[in-house]
Amino acid sequence: MSTETQDRSLASARAHAVKDTLAQAEAEALRLVKRRARLIVFWRLAILFGVLGGWEFAATVGWIDPFFYSKPSLIAMQIYEWSLHGTSQGPLWLQVAVTLEETLIGFFIGGTAGIVCGILLGRNQFLADIFSVYIKIANSIPRVVLGSIFVIALGLGMASKVALAVVMVFFVVFGNAFQGVREADRYMIANAQILGASPRQVTTQVVIPSALSWILASLHVSFGFALVGAVVGEFLGARVGIGLLIATAQGAFNASGVFAAMIVLAVVALMAEYLITYIEGRLLKWRPAQFSA
Amino acid sequence: MSVQRGEFCAIVGPTGCGKSTTLSLITGLLKPTTGTVRVMGQPVNGIDPRIGFVFQNDAIFPWRDVISNVASGPMFRGQDPKQAKSLAQDWLRRVGLEKFPLHYPHQLSGGMRKRVALAQTFINSPEILLMDEPFSALDMQTRTVMQDELLQLWAASGGSVVFVTHDLEEAIALADKVIVLTARPATVKHIYEIDLPRPRVMSEVRYDEAFIHYAREIWDDLRAEVKIG
Repeated sequence: MSTETQDRSLASARAHAVKDTLAQAEAEALRLVKRRARLIVFWRLAILFGVLGGWEFAATVGWIDPFFYSKPSLIAMQIYEWSLHGTSQGPLWLQVAVTLEETLIGFFIGGTAGIVCGILLGRNQFLADIFSVYIKIANSIPRVVLGSIFVIALGLGMASKVALAVVMVFFVVFGNAFQGVREADRYMIANAQILGASPRQVTTQVVIPSALSWILASLHVSFGFALVGAVVGEFLGARVGIGLLIATAQGAFNASGVFAAMIVLAVVALMAEYLITYIEGRLLKWRPAQFSA
Repeated sequence: MSVQRGEFCAIVGPTGCGKSTTLSLITGLLKPTTGTVRVMGQPVNGIDPRIGFVFQNDAIFPWRDVISNVASGPMFRGQDPKQAKSLAQDWLRRVGLEKFPLHYPHQLSGGMRKRVALAQTFINSPEILLMDEPFSALDMQTRTVMQDELLQLWAASGGSVVFVTHDLEEAIALADKVIVLTARPATVKHIYEIDLPRPRVMSEVRYDEAFIHYAREIWDDLRAEVKIG
């Protein structure tokens, strides 16, 4: 009896010891993970301050001419100035809003058209054979040049910028949607057909979901393209917008103004990027987590 | 070659002799250049709803969770989603996956994914079940378990099975009839009736005297073709 209790207490002590070792190992691993995260944040900040500080320092002591290359403090002041007193062409938020509106409308129209055409041509060999050559030709034209045509034809208003953004976005999204549809696994399609799917069901429930990761990947790139389209359109002729702000600053040899407008654009693009990543995560929740190094 | 109603027929042959193509012809996924394929007396014309197909690779939909994958067939065929889901739940229980209805395929093991594929196919209660090396990607232990489950599902369904495999022992252990094909161009070389008692248990049947006898006989036959191929 007593040996049995002894055995039991021994076993429980051993179990406790194992548990303690495991808990220790886990705490240690967690500590390392946290330390690594802190180290990464540290280096990110160090690089940021290193570059900005170096720039500021070099411009202040005269290694580089702040008239041409500006310096961080001047750029910050320019942004502050703009947001407080407005720009020469109206308040800053208006410039951002107009450019963003052009970008979003162009992105939406170009993206939708690209997805629809890509899926249509991807699923219909006959149409694909007819149009493939034209798409190749259109894709090889430097499309930014079309901006001049749009400004001539559609005027200085919003339409010309939207048109340029649409053209910039369409081909990227179309190409990816088309490729995504073509890469849909043929066994999966055969499986759906045998399970009883109609051609329409195959398209909507097998081909489109499997092309979705391709399409969403193209949306990341093409939002940037839409922004480029809108800004270049404004550059070529406009009454309002960030592109015009840059063009004006360039005309006045105001390097700080160019950099400041660039930073405003970058903030807009980054916010859009986060939004798209979030939507992508929601839509592709069936995908396995990526291995990270 | 022909397959009777309710029969389990296995096809073995050297690689590249057209085993998979034969199955595609039966489903109507491919059209024969010459000759005819008849299913239940009728020439094959398009995809027949009475046919089920289990593929060698994963062909289940990775963006659907397990229960939606299993419910695909009835839903494609226009059944009410609620009914389809409850039917799917029933089939999940039969293949032992009732605890994983909301998992996505990437969260499952290879054997579990194969069970999803089986449930997805059996839920349509196919009269003819075509299988193209369905278990070749599984490890030995899982394969044995899956073979037993397939025999149980088949016995309950009463349909015919055409089972393509490169694994001779699998063919003998499962089938009523083993068809040996020749190297390209493939013709039927021999048809062996496998007269082993049912129900069979996979892990035991392969030590049966008669099984070993069949295996030796068919392997001698097949070896000549594999060497040519």
